[in-house]
Amino acid sequence: MEKARPLWANSLQFVFACISYAVGLGNVWRFPYLCQMYGGGSFLVPYIIMLIVEGMPLLYLELAVGQRMRQGSIGAWRTISPYLSGVGVASVVVSFFLSMYYNVINAWAFWYLFHSFQDPLPWSVCPLNGNHTGYDEECEKASSTQYFWYRKTLNISPSLQENGGVQWEPALCLLLAWLVVYLCILRGTESTGKVVYFTASLPYCVLIIYLIRGLTLHGATNGLMYMFTPKGSSALSLLAFQIEQLANPKAWINAATQIFFSLGLGFGSLIAFASYNEPSNNCQKHAIIVSLINSFTSIFASIVTFSIYGFKATFNYENCLKKVSLLLTNTFDLEDGFLTASNLEQVKGYLASAYPSKYSEMFPQIKNCSLESELDTAVQGTGLAFIVYTEAIKNMEVSQLWSVLYFFMLLMLGIGSMLGNTAAILTPLTDSKIISSHLPKEAISGLVCLVNCAIGMVFTMEAGNYWFDIFNDYAATLSLLLIVLVETIAVCYVYGLRRFESDLKAMTGRAVSWYWKVMWAGVSPLLIVSLFVFYLSDYILMGTLKYQAWDASQGQLVTKDYPAYALGVIGLLVASSTMCIPLAALGTFVQRRLKRGDADPVA
Amino acid sequence: MLWLLFFLVSAIHAELCQPGAENAFKVRLSIRTALGDKAYAWDTNEEYLFKAMVAFSMRKVPNREATEISHVLLCNVTQRVSFWFVVTDPSKNHTLPAVEVQSAIRMNKNRINNAFFLNDQTLEFLKIPSTLAPPMDPSVPIWIIIFGVIFCIVIVAIALLILSGIWQRRRKNKEPSEVDDAEDKCENMITIENGIPSDPLDMKGGHINDAFMTEDERLTPL
Repeated sequence: MEKARPLWANSLQFVFACISYAVGLGNVWRFPYLCQMYGGGSFLVPYIIMLIVEGMPLLYLELAVGQRMRQGSIGAWRTISPYLSGVGVASVVVSFFLSMYYNVINAWAFWYLFHSFQDPLPWSVCPLNGNHTGYDEECEKASSTQYFWYRKTLNISPSLQENGGVQWEPALCLLLAWLVVYLCILRGTESTGKVVYFTASLPYCVLIIYLIRGLTLHGATNGLMYMFTPKGSSALSLLAFQIEQLANPKAWINAATQIFFSLGLGFGSLIAFASYNEPSNNCQKHAIIVSLINSFTSIFASIVTFSIYGFKATFNYENCLKKVSLLLTNTFDLEDGFLTASNLEQVKGYLASAYPSKYSEMFPQIKNCSLESELDTAVQGTGLAFIVYTEAIKNMEVSQLWSVLYFFMLLMLGIGSMLGNTAAILTPLTDSKIISSHLPKEAISGLVCLVNCAIGMVFTMEAGNYWFDIFNDYAATLSLLLIVLVETIAVCYVYGLRRFESDLKAMTGRAVSWYWKVMWAGVSPLLIVSLFVFYLSDYILMGTLKYQAWDASQGQLVTKDYPAYALGVIGLLVASSTMCIPLAALGTFVQRRLKRGDADPVA
Repeated sequence: MLWLLFFLVSAIHAELCQPGAENAFKVRLSIRTALGDKAYAWDTNEEYLFKAMVAFSMRKVPNREATEISHVLLCNVTQRVSFWFVVTDPSKNHTLPAVEVQSAIRMNKNRINNAFFLNDQTLEFLKIPSTLAPPMDPSVPIWIIIFGVIFCIVIVAIALLILSGIWQRRRKNKEPSEVDDAEDKCENMITIENGIPSDPLDMKGGHINDAFMTEDERLTPL
């Protein structure tokens, strides 16, 4: 008697699971950066076009494959063609790499969350130096938020080569993060289905609260205006700038890349989630809903981020003005409170002419305060989430509340994505008869979590953040493009587009519109090939790969070259997933040859 | 004659208290920054209070209990408000060593700040660094407490889920094997109703009511 495949309790759970997986940290910390780099409002044009042309078709394809084959990625692709089971294996390998390093972000979110229950917030003040006469030197040179991130959280070493030991505090947080993930996936869809109600909806609650708070902050409008008019001054030059950005190929490539990675295509998670669906589920509608919600969330999050940027930049700009005023007041013994933001330039001019020698003496110390330059610091990734946001939060009133809300939201986003990642690994394992007959699914999940946690301890070492950057930049990018390309070609040309279309019609009762067929067969593969070519040429042209290392003596990031063994690891990461595809095809070919060789003497 | 004496005294004073003189300290006040609208004007009365506070600090130093307000000299008062001061010895010919004045001021900085409603940032003695208050450090960091609480909750939840899963599975495994046993042994005393063994005298645990159909058997397997 075969055990029935577990199903989602209702289709809402499935949609929430997909949203919870797709809406992740990238929506919060990558999209605002891209918006800022490529002209703010004008970036939305390539973004939406790529969503319709690339995002929705590929998402629908993966969901349809999963729902039709009703197996995890390995089984699904083996059914499509035995030679292509390597695609499934490659998906599992990439998901494995991703889950290894992604949960470290949750560990950091936990760390910051636990530290938010203090007054004052630990990243708002610098610690004192040895003899209590001033602040710690590294903290003075950098800022207190950067110090807390690089020294207290990561305890980062100056370069990749200096490994350091495993730091017990981040290690404990990582252990907790994996225990929480294990708790959520323990019972399969039964537990995951309930958890995704929270991980999908709570981030939106927090974002709305932050939107209201962010828009009412002093200086938020500066940030919002900057989002739509970066580097532009007059309306005419703004229009010209935005049209110019539309013609910039980098904007289009980054839009395509962002849509691609933001939806989480190619990891096998979407196939896994869809395999737990009822066969009659309308996955076309769900694909459109999920991709629209994902993009809407990106735009929504970037509005919040830019209002926070504006607040932080205005705060820093006013602080800078205050410092310059204080310096002038002290040097020239002017009356306290005489200098204000409005008369600063006038007075400076007067002092320069009245006391030229004294003025030129202290002139090097005067910083040029500019709101533009404060806003111009475009940051992405962990830097945005843990440095820029915390800097803005520490200046808000009741900062503990905002900090707790913010890191709780990051945790929900991160855990939601982790559920998808682990589902991509576990579904093929539990589908395989060999493994699931020997071990119950709790034990399989436990083993996977344990192995990932043990390897993840590497990222808690002193040089761990550098290894994290390596995994973040190289583990998934090229491999995913190749995987999705092979997937699309497999469905359209190996399995047969007509056969697939009739399968879907029989399964859901709805015909597949011509738009999807055109996209699957022609446009999307072409897009992916062009992205792939672009990335390859970019890597080759760049020469040696470089990374950013934190220099404690200067209090800022410096660029260094990767050592040889790090380049070897990068090559291994990319090769181990992409090589699965040809190797598995070869293996199946050899296997069939041997079987035919055995069968011949009989016939 | 008196005028001459007066000039002599003020000349000596002027020599002792000068910007950059030996053992002289510059003081800087930022009253408007600290108090905003409630700022008071800096006049000779405030200067008198300042001299009194310095003399008070010096009197706390052993061997200097005889310091009087008149021993503290102020000069070069600017609009900022900033000025220089020195502390002279009873003979009014020499100034007290800077080290003594420094340590005296440091020990009483809090009292001096409070007298003027200012703090370390708004009442500065240049060249006398103030000891910064170290942040409060509880014996057990707060984050570990919260971490411990959440950790225990998660472990208990995992244990509960695993145990309930094992228990459910054990229940499911027991029933099919009982059905098989009953069908094999014909001379068994257990009566079979609708394929479900019903043994009211079965003392196993007493939890499972075999008369009810189990979840699995409601749907006939294909």
